[in-house]
Amino acid sequence: MNLQAIRAIYLFEMARTFRTIWQSIVSPVLSTSLYFIVFGAAIGSRIETVEGVSYGAFIVPGLIMLTVLQQSVSNAAFGIYFPKFTGTIYELLSAPVTVIEIVIGYVGAAATKALMIGVVILITATFFVDLHIAHPVWMAAFLVMTCFSFAMLGFIIGIWARNFEQLQLVPLLVITPLVFLGGSFYSISMLPPFWQTVTMFNPVVYLISGFRWAFFGMADVPVAASLGAIALFAGLCLAAIWAIFRTGWRLRS
Amino acid sequence: MVPAANREINVTSIVSIEGLKKTYAGGFEALKGIDLEIEEGEVLALLGPNGAGKTTLISIVCGIAMPSAGRVTVGGHDVVRDFRAARNLIGLVPQELHVEAFETVISTVRFSRGLFGKKADDALIEQILKDLSLWDKRDSRIMALSGGMKRRVMIAKALSHEPRVLFLDEPTAGVDVELRQSMWDVMRALKERGVTIILTTHYIEEAEAMADRVGVINKGELLLVEQTETLMRRMGKKTLTVDIEPPLEALPPSLARAGVELAPGGRQIVYTYDTAAEKTGITDLLADIRAAGLHLVDLNTRQSSLEDIFVGLVTESAQ
Ligand SMILES: Nc1ncnc2c1ncn2[C@@H]1O[C@H](COP(=O)(O)OP(=O)(O)OP(=O)(O)O)[C@@H](O)[C@H]1O
Ligand SMILES: [Mg+2]
Repeated sequence: MNLQAIRAIYLFEMARTFRTIWQSIVSPVLSTSLYFIVFGAAIGSRIETVEGVSYGAFIVPGLIMLTVLQQSVSNAAFGIYFPKFTGTIYELLSAPVTVIEIVIGYVGAAATKALMIGVVILITATFFVDLHIAHPVWMAAFLVMTCFSFAMLGFIIGIWARNFEQLQLVPLLVITPLVFLGGSFYSISMLPPFWQTVTMFNPVVYLISGFRWAFFGMADVPVAASLGAIALFAGLCLAAIWAIFRTGWRLRS
Repeated sequence: MVPAANREINVTSIVSIEGLKKTYAGGFEALKGIDLEIEEGEVLALLGPNGAGKTTLISIVCGIAMPSAGRVTVGGHDVVRDFRAARNLIGLVPQELHVEAFETVISTVRFSRGLFGKKADDALIEQILKDLSLWDKRDSRIMALSGGMKRRVMIAKALSHEPRVLFLDEPTAGVDVELRQSMWDVMRALKERGVTIILTTHYIEEAEAMADRVGVINKGELLLVEQTETLMRRMGKKTLTVDIEPPLEALPPSLARAGVELAPGGRQIVYTYDTAAEKTGITDLLADIRAAGLHLVDLNTRQSSLEDIFVGLVTESAQ
């Protein structure tokens, strides 16, 4: 393992993050607060409880997931796209580093940033609702696993993208709808049976369900299914990245 | 492992290129089977017109492009299969200016060292930045530097991990005369320390001044690789120009011989001779000029430069 290289990449990426840390944090905090005001206070006052949890609290896991998924994907995508765009990627391609080291460095940094933002949102949420986290360790584990696996997806998108439009496209067109339709703001059991079946094909459902279980001890799908889904997804992404570096796809001519 | 048969030949080569071909995705064949052995500690200059394939060759050795056929080893390590060991030895300064605009000079150089798996060494980085006249700029953001300074930052990055083989793709493009001299000094110091240097350049005087050997590439083929001096001597012709008085209409029969011409206007006799020949024939020619009753006003000799040789080779291969 070239640990120095992992460290160098990670610190370099984190330095980039910290240069714009306020922009990175202000906007998720602001939009989360708006969600709480609109959904929690205005709509939630009519819904009251979902399966015994106040609606305001019920949406917290979904809201955190929404931001964390977007952040992991776009941080990692930008992190690798930018050197490709400026040409400084030549150094990475000519360095004695393996795929694993590159992934740990870039994906690790992108996941760290998403994790930090997730925690900030969680703290913000406590200003609006009373939260009692049933399984704090699992909550942290779900958060970390989600950040890493979706940062890997972002990393792939960053390598795939040929321009800034494509870079924005996937988070906007794929991630956001999947999260909104993945039960962030409602329980799957509230849907008609047909849509309940369709929803089972949405990977984000498993994430949010597992994450919500860690908070409130209740889930739409079994916890094991959630863990399995994340592991499967992370495995697929890792395999894809490995194949990309092996073939040089969109990296090496 | 290197097969026993090859080991003998590869004993002194640090970079070994065999039958290297490169066809780009569009179908363009940029390298058509290059064979080249680069010896440890030498400075090799690659010359060739735009689009000859110099950058492609370097990119494959350094891991930026993939070979289509053939084999490259650096320090005995295959650059594809055993890339980590091979790349540990290599420093690269690419042709294009690619820099992290928002970083400071020193942080980007430190990053490069880390990326190559080396422990931080601030004393070394200070020395490198001083050698490249960048020490004063160490805390500047790279975007605030001039083009020539950015190029030197890229050189500093490549040197930061103490490579044994350094590839410099047009290192002195866009660098002013004074700085070019100081960069040559840096290269010489590296050579003293045993670093092998492969540079491409369009400045022939740079190749003449720096290189132990010169390779000429054109259209994806290596036309020749030769000791710089041998090349100069083997292909180098000298011309002797004699200004005479009075002007002549035609060359008198007593002066007519191979290599002698009368310049238009009749005021100069031009003699082209081979410096490697046993007898140059200069003394005889001058005696004959005087015997022909001509007054010798002035004379000078000129050595043909690498540039003449290079242009000659490239036009020859185009025919
Ligand atoms: N990524 C690429 N895809 C397709 N063709 C390419 C690519 N890179 C280079 N080429 C082609 O390969 C040929 C060799 O290019 P290369 O950059 O190696 O030349 P060079 O000798 O470095 O030229 P120069 O002196 O201008 O830098 C050129 O015809 C170029 O158009
Ligand atoms: Mg070039």
